[in-house]
Amino acid sequence: MTNWTVADLEDWDARIRERVGAFGLDCFRQEFELCDYQAMLGYMAYHGMPSHYPHWSYGKAYEKTRTLYDYGVTGLPYELVINSDPCLAYLMTDNSLCLQILTIAHVYGHNDFFKNNFTFASATNAGETIGSFKARADRVRRYIEDPSIGDERVEQVFDAAHALAFCISTADAVAKHIAPRRERPEPAVVADPFADLHKPLEIEEPQESFPEEPTADILAFIRDHHPQMEVWERDLLDIVDAEARYFLPQIETKIMNEGWASYWHHRILESLPLPHDVQLEFMVRHNQVVCPHPGSLNPYHLGFVLWHKIAERHGEDAIWAVRETDRDASFLRRFLDAETMRELDLFSYEPRGDKLVVSEVSDEDHWEDVKRKLIAQVGGGTNPVIRITDADFNRRRELYLCHDHDGRDLHLGYAERTLQHLHALWGRRVLLETRVNGKVTRLAYDEDGFDARLVV
Amino acid sequence: MVESIFRPFASSDALKSDRTARDRLRHRQKLKAAIRENIADIIAEESIIGRDRDKVIKIPIRGVKEYRFVFGDNHGGVGGGAGDTQPGQVVGERKSGQSEPGRAGDEPGLDYYETDVTLEELIDVMFEDLELPDLERRILKDVIAERTVKRRGYRRAGVRVHLDRKRTAKARVRRMKSRGIGEPSLEPHEPLPDAEDASEKPRFPFINDDLTYKKLVEDTKPESNAVVICIMDTSGSMDSLKKYLARSFFFLLYQFIRTRYERVELVFIAHHSQAQEVSEENFFYKGESGGTMISSGYNKALEIINDRFHPAHWNVYAFHCSDGDNFESDNQATLRAAEELCDLCNLFGYGEIKPMGSHFYESSMLELFQKLERPNYQSVLIEGKADIWPSFRAFLSSERRANAE
Repeated sequence: MTNWTVADLEDWDARIRERVGAFGLDCFRQEFELCDYQAMLGYMAYHGMPSHYPHWSYGKAYEKTRTLYDYGVTGLPYELVINSDPCLAYLMTDNSLCLQILTIAHVYGHNDFFKNNFTFASATNAGETIGSFKARADRVRRYIEDPSIGDERVEQVFDAAHALAFCISTADAVAKHIAPRRERPEPAVVADPFADLHKPLEIEEPQESFPEEPTADILAFIRDHHPQMEVWERDLLDIVDAEARYFLPQIETKIMNEGWASYWHHRILESLPLPHDVQLEFMVRHNQVVCPHPGSLNPYHLGFVLWHKIAERHGEDAIWAVRETDRDASFLRRFLDAETMRELDLFSYEPRGDKLVVSEVSDEDHWEDVKRKLIAQVGGGTNPVIRITDADFNRRRELYLCHDHDGRDLHLGYAERTLQHLHALWGRRVLLETRVNGKVTRLAYDEDGFDARLVV
Repeated sequence: MVESIFRPFASSDALKSDRTARDRLRHRQKLKAAIRENIADIIAEESIIGRDRDKVIKIPIRGVKEYRFVFGDNHGGVGGGAGDTQPGQVVGERKSGQSEPGRAGDEPGLDYYETDVTLEELIDVMFEDLELPDLERRILKDVIAERTVKRRGYRRAGVRVHLDRKRTAKARVRRMKSRGIGEPSLEPHEPLPDAEDASEKPRFPFINDDLTYKKLVEDTKPESNAVVICIMDTSGSMDSLKKYLARSFFFLLYQFIRTRYERVELVFIAHHSQAQEVSEENFFYKGESGGTMISSGYNKALEIINDRFHPAHWNVYAFHCSDGDNFESDNQATLRAAEELCDLCNLFGYGEIKPMGSHFYESSMLELFQKLERPNYQSVLIEGKADIWPSFRAFLSSERRANAE
């Protein structure tokens, strides 16, 4: 049973919006949609998008969340908010009035962040989010219905493309200095005055690598440079790539974004006169959201603490610029200091035998080490950086990739199967240079299967 | 001030379309394919013989993973403590080996879950895997036990087809008499009274109390009872492939027997150097290693038959699966016990399971059993799942022969 009506919510929303304006948050127009838990499960499977192309992995995601929810392993999130203009958020009908109020305030925090943080502003076009997801879904359905393409082939391309979706370069803080396109040197032509009498000219091919610069955008590269791909296949790669780019800012700013929304729901609700029972429930819920998770890191908690620290140390005004110009890595680098780290009792751990053992704590000598390790694992650091260095390896159009090893080995079983997908897309042998247990190793996949060998 | 809109909840929207349906269906298909790939392991671990077909079982699935480049588990990470964390403190368990990738933070790294499958689905997959011909598959699936009934007495309630007309008519007559209403004409061809006459002569219809039904009872014939005695070597050498082969063979046998008898009992005897009667679950557990004395299993079977399933009332089917290992010194006793079993059983079978050509170098009981010249003895050699169906058929044909004699 719920203890509110939609009119109540509209009423509270008006009060919250008044505070949002007074505090100076800069939001897109906001839309709330009320849904029950079944609809919520459905939205979650498709990342909240009202329209999305079909693929079995979303059915799997649905079953998984549903199972976890049915068995009470996890609750559903209080809200689901998507980065679009107008900003779209789903509220669950089962939640209490207090949770709805908290959620509404929280959503405005996200809304402001979406609109202003550079990663979102540069990578996504909020006004077209919903429309472009819908357009992509429509295109995919057309391919599926096209008898010359069909369900199965579309699924195969998606299976492979999904495996590589997050092999993309992170958003650029400063528009990359684009070097003027280097001219490919003209083949050296040996001048021959009797050309019309002689055999065809000897042409010396320039020893030029392709791509000129290593690129981390694997799907985009295949889309643009695969010599035999059909148009619909290129389009599917483009669709997966575009979607990954839409989600990348959320991965890159998880701590900042959740911290920011928590910071603002806290401040907004503190500044509103709340009925006593709502006030009590709010304190409990808020603490559930931003409590530390001993042994791991709660991004809500870390972000919440840091935004408070910034406001304390650098003044209220400082936070506005930070929410615009940082992402998690730079946010932590700039504002996480030794004192805060000790307060949060941050430590680094290592596997020893079958246990995870604390290796360093944030004391005088080691806090910088711990901080460095933390920064490496947040944001874009959750995915390995892998670049295509040569698309014509051995002069046989084999694809050569290098893993930018930062101390963390790849999971070999997963790498093998991902390379298999990459091979399916590229059609020729694919090679990946990485380090395994400290030794430079080359993983390869071709029609004969997987192969791993040390590079001597 | 920023604008906002609220869209109230409309349950009709949620009911109108379930857009996850297609993707869930496809996922389900992929799951089924994954089950098919792992059917040997699943059947080896799951009790299927003599279970209700609608039973839902949970089986772990690893089939439909989504792969991408992820980090392994050779590295550590950063976490927050409760305030007094010290170097050297243990903060967690490392995830086992290279099997599952750990993901920093947000997502449970396990891409491993259980799925519900009904036994029916599982058996379908098994039949496909064993390449059972369609026709036979249907025979084994639709259990048509032969049932007979006989009349015994009468009763007041029943279905119309069982109405006993004669007794019903008599009852009505009796009632008329007792009321003193005139004698009904016994003239068989009395002309039908015309409409005017009908008003003069009062009608005397049947009432519910007149209706008498034949009572039918199920006829239990002694031949309708059968017992399937599954004997298996559970010494250490029976691995999961062998168990799968043995279990599917026992299963087929049981299904087949069920098509022919009304009541089928199952007995499981596990033996190594000693024999024990066990439940199906325990039957397929790996026993302790050590010597094998097949005679112990046979003697146990004889004991059970004499105790509970006297051949005068029961059709006894005994089948023994083993990988052919036996103590040399036990062979004579085994042969004797096997002969005794042949005397008591409708059919006694021995299946030797030797996957992948191992019968070339391992000891075998098949030679020994050649001395057993009984028409109701049948042996089969199962080298792989492809052999299950042909050997099962050979086994049955010998049963037909035995019956004909």
